[in-house]
Amino acid sequence: MANPVVERIQSEITANPVMLYMKGTAMFPQCGFSARVVQILTHMGVPFKTANVLDDAELRDGIKQFSNWPTIPQLYVAGEFLGGCDIVTEMYQSGELKTALEEKGVAVAEA
Amino acid sequence: MAMPANEIEALIKAALPDATVTIEDLAGDGDHYAATVVSAMFRGKSRVQQHQLVYAALRGRMGGELHALALQTSAPE
Repeated sequence: MANPVVERIQSEITANPVMLYMKGTAMFPQCGFSARVVQILTHMGVPFKTANVLDDAELRDGIKQFSNWPTIPQLYVAGEFLGGCDIVTEMYQSGELKTALEEKGVAVAEA
Repeated sequence: MAMPANEIEALIKAALPDATVTIEDLAGDGDHYAATVVSAMFRGKSRVQQHQLVYAALRGRMGGELHALALQTSAPE
């Protein structure tokens, strides 16, 4: 397992309780699906870190292999892959996202 | 880059024969779809695992030929 991309992802998702791999940045998302996840996390007042896969082709491929998931964005909470845009949206709408974040010890500001 | 809806449905059903598949062509361009898949094979699986089953059924087309497929999966009530 001397794959530097895998090591990078592993250390990022361990170091950052809420880590989002996306196209663009939180300030300037470059894809509607990425933008939606940023919007949800921002709305919930959850602190998160992002990595822009468009800046790094190895990361873009690596993250898909890492999670066996073919699309971006990908949200990781407490080192675990939580889902892409559809799952995050569905969990947000049902209230499960808040519960999942709180269970992992992530503070959610939204009432 | 486009892919017809019936091809998507056929691929999903080949892997999940019991599945009820509803596909909506969101933009009318054969490239942005929303699919609802209901299958007993999803029972006891997390959402991530359910979506992975559908992606596996699409055999690598997702993220390639198929740009956007909004997915909703569930097991029958």
